[in-house]
Parts: sequence; structure tokens; C-alpha cells
Amino acid sequence: MAFIPHTADDVARMLQLIGVQSIDDLFDEIPGELRAGALGVPPAMSEMELGRLMAERAASDGRPLNFIGAGAYEHHIPAPVWAIATRGEFYSAYTPYQAEASQGTLQLIYEYQSMVCALTGMEVSNASLYDGASALAEACLMAVRANRAANSRRILLPRAVNPIYAQVAQSIAGNQDIAFETVEFDRSTGRTLLESLQPYSGQDVTALVVQQPNFFGNLEEVDRLTDWAHQNKILLIAVVNPISLALLKAPGQWGTGAAGILGADIVCGEGQALGVPLSSGGPYFGFMATRMQYVRQMPGRIVGRTADTEGRPGFSLTLQAREQHIRRSKATSNICTNQGLMVTAATIYMSLLGPRGLERVAAASLQRTADLVAALGRVAGVRPAFTAPRFHEAVLLLDRPVAPVLAALARRGIFGGLDLAERYPELGHALLVCATETKLAADIDAYAGALADIMKSSRVAA
Amino acid sequence: MSNIPKDLRYTKSHEWVRMAQGAAHGAAPNGAVEVGISEHAQSALGDLVFVEVPEAGRALTAGDACAVVESVKAASDVYSPVSGKVTAGNAALAAQPELVNQDPYGAGWLFRIQTDSPLDAASLMSAADYEKYLADEAK
Repeated sequence: MAFIPHTADDVARMLQLIGVQSIDDLFDEIPGELRAGALGVPPAMSEMELGRLMAERAASDGRPLNFIGAGAYEHHIPAPVWAIATRGEFYSAYTPYQAEASQGTLQLIYEYQSMVCALTGMEVSNASLYDGASALAEACLMAVRANRAANSRRILLPRAVNPIYAQVAQSIAGNQDIAFETVEFDRSTGRTLLESLQPYSGQDVTALVVQQPNFFGNLEEVDRLTDWAHQNKILLIAVVNPISLALLKAPGQWGTGAAGILGADIVCGEGQALGVPLSSGGPYFGFMATRMQYVRQMPGRIVGRTADTEGRPGFSLTLQAREQHIRRSKATSNICTNQGLMVTAATIYMSLLGPRGLERVAAASLQRTADLVAALGRVAGVRPAFTAPRFHEAVLLLDRPVAPVLAALARRGIFGGLDLAERYPELGHALLVCATETKLAADIDAYAGALADIMKSSRVAA
Repeated sequence: MSNIPKDLRYTKSHEWVRMAQGAAHGAAPNGAVEVGISEHAQSALGDLVFVEVPEAGRALTAGDACAVVESVKAASDVYSPVSGKVTAGNAALAAQPELVNQDPYGAGWLFRIQTDSPLDAASLMSAADYEKYLADEAK
């Protein structure tokens, strides 16, 4: 049975009417060298054949023990999260354009926004963004609109910020006349030092990005960095892991109130850890919150609670006047889709766990990573790279190249972490590892045992 | 018919300009001109919920988008009719954006700007020309 409504006759008539020969002719606008070419997809299969192929491929994944983090985190997702999120009433991946007819969806987004504000300590949250990396790009563009004291369109981007986020921010905002300046991290502590920002004191700078915990899992001295930014009329963009906020100081409280301003100005990050599966890298969702003072510079939409003409409570889309379906090219963003379904899952996840539950997840993750670093650090030829306190991720230094070790671990069913050789060659043989609450003591022992074996049996390369 | 005061000049994007000399509103000192949006423009936009005005000191070139008037339906740019340096934005609009709807030629002014050179009045429309322009636009 065909699920395509147009018959061959229909297609031929439509092509004739607009005067082209074939459907392929419709793509003539795209130069040949930009086309994807052959995608390597096999010819059409029957449903049964396809089902068998996918089952075989799924089985070949095995059930690896995963210690990779680096921005996407494996947490336990209680069964009700997706049982509820996939109910027909919620299971629509897109944002409603006839919004007020969907009161349930609006209420859910309203509650999501309230939870993001509670976690971040900020005054206002939008309805979500595409993902964590593009949320940072949006935060940079927003900072340029919001910081009227600065004319430079210059943004300080530490190397301790997730390098993939930095790359996305450069791709999106770099083409809009925004200059990113790199700030080095301290090689012994693995964090961004105030001293490395001093050259910019008194200069015309738009914003400083601070990731907490940073890409290496280390805790930055956020109070000092925030105060420095505000003393220099620089906006502070915080990139945070929402799970960590159950234990760490909310960005809305960063700093000591120097220059009369307390807290980060824009807070963003990746929301995947809140009930969204790893799922080969997406779909995930980005979040963003700010001060009320900057609300009109924030991309995306906000759901507000109001009352109807009879005084009954209801929800409506507010502050969508600067979105792309109204402002077109002048919109605050042209990639500001909200991730409705992922936000639904995250809201249910946060509701089920509550503040105490989130705190337990965060505390268990912190403990497991401490256990992991201790266990792996006892293996000959392995030591922690940095001295700063950390959350649930850490960099280890090996006495030999990381890639062959990871390959050997993978053969034993262990994904041992992320090799930093390409992104941070100056660190040497560096490996980024992560353990969340999903890793038990036996898992950590298994990893340490396998690593010890591999390190013993292979010769030191260097 | 829309209210179009005779003593003002107008643009095709529906801003008005009050010249310093003989200013009826009398509030633009030091040769600065005052800028707002016309009765027609505020009526087309509907109830404003937010107005963003340029801050004093900002340098503008004629045609620059420099203010935003936002209704529940849309946010629209306001363009500077002249080149110069902003001397004041109307701070009252932060709390009372509705002033633009209620009194577009008076309390609802948007900003004042010190022009770079003596203003060439011919570059802007007279009230009569603007009235004709609106009539043509409505056709």
C-alpha cells in the first residue's frame, strides 16, 4: 500500500503545469557541487525486511558500559516520563501555531519555564531552544542586543567552554559580525583564571562566557569571574548543566553584587540530562533564562498565565512579537524553534523527581565520578590532569596515546570516555571520563580492571 | 481622516519630525528636532505594549532603525528621518507605552536628535504631501 497521496498522473500534470520535465528539475537552483549525491541508502525494502535489518543493526550495538559525557549525559529516566510524554495529547513534536487552542501544551510550557527559573535563579525563561550549542550562539547574539554599553561586538570565549559549543557559536554568530576572543585555561587547575581576563579590563567587550562545570568537569570560580565582568560593564553568559544546579549555586546568585549587579545576565545550556535519552546525539533541547530587564532581547517565545474575560485562569503565548513568523529577517532569532516534545519529557522528569530527587541524582553522579577517578588513578600510567574541584566529569592523563586504549576497551564492551587529543593537543594523552548515578561500584571496578589489563599488556608508546 | 498637524514634516515610513524653530510643542532645545510616529501609524499598529527608544549620545544616520514600537501582534522598527546625535529618548514611554496611542504628536514623542547639518526640509513631506501619500497608499 502506498502512503503517498499523489498518483503518477497527478505528478505529471503538476510538472506540466509549471513547465518542468521532472521532479529533479525542481532542484536545479542548487549547484551540483553542493548536492549530497548518493546517500548510500539501499533500494526500497518491505516493512518486514526493514524491521529485520534494523533489529540486526540494533543487536550489533551490544550493551556497552558508557563512560562518555562531554555534553550528553546518561541518566536513569523513570518509566513514567516517556509513558506520559508519548500520550496522544502531548505527542506532537512541534510548537503550536494556533497556540491558545492548546491550553494543555501551554500550561506544560509555563510549568517548564517556572522550573527553569527555579533551577537557574533567573527571572524569566523562554519556551526552549534547539539544543545547548545553539542556545549559546543565541545567547551571544542576545548579549550584543542587550549590552548597550558596549559597541565592540566582542565576546570572550574561554577554551574551557565545550569546544563543540564554541564551534557552533562561531558558525552562527561569527557570520553576524561578532568577534570571539579565546581565553586560555590554567594548565594545573583546569579552570579559567581571573588573571587571564585582566588584559581585557576596561576594554569595550560585550560578554564573557563561563561554563559551570566547565568542559573538563571542573568548577570555575564563578563569583570572581561574574564580579569582574560586571565591574567592566560586560554581560555574563552562563552555560550550565541543569542537573548540577541541584547542588551548585544558581547562576542568578553568582558574584557578590559588585557594581550593583548580582548573578549571571543570560543563562543557557543543554537540557538533555533532564529525561531525554542519549539517542545518538538528538533530538535534545536548549534552555535559556535571563533578567526581566532583557526579556525583549531574548529569542523565542514565552508562555504567560492570564485570565479570560470571565476571570478564569488560562495560558497564552506572550512575547512572540519578535519571532520570525512576525518579524521575518528582523526576528530575534531565525532558528528559535522550541523543542516541544523534549520539553514535555523534561518537565515530567523534573516533576517526578522534585528538588530532592534532582539533588540525589546530582550527589550520586558526583560521588560516582570521584570513585571512578580514584579507581582509574590507581592504574599504573594514569593520573588526574587537574587539581580543581569537579562535578561529574574529569580529565585523566595517560602515559600513551588514548585512541588505541579506547579501542581496546570498546572491544571489551566499555566506552571509556572521550579522547581530547584533537581538541586539546597541548594536554598530551588526555581522556575525558564521566560517571553518573547509572554507574554502580561493580561497573567502575570493571572499567578499572579492564584498563589495568590493557595498560599492562600494551607497550608504552612514548 | 487622520490627524496630520500642519507644522510637522513626515516620512514615507510614517515618522513625523518637529523642527526646532517655531516648535508648537516647544520641547526640543538647542536646535534638536523631535521625532515620533504619526496618528495613522499608531492606529495601524493598535495598542502598544512596549516602546524601545534610542539612548542619548547614539549617533544615527537617516534611515537607521533606531526605535521599536511593539503591539501584542508585532514589533515594528522606527527609522530616524535625519542624521545626527540623539539628545534624549522619551523615558516616560517605558512605563506608559500607551502615550504613543493617546497623544502621538505630543507626550508620545519618541526621541530628540541634534542634526549634523541644517535640516533640509525638502527631504521630508509636508502635511499636505503626507495626506496625499496616505490617500494614495489606501487606494
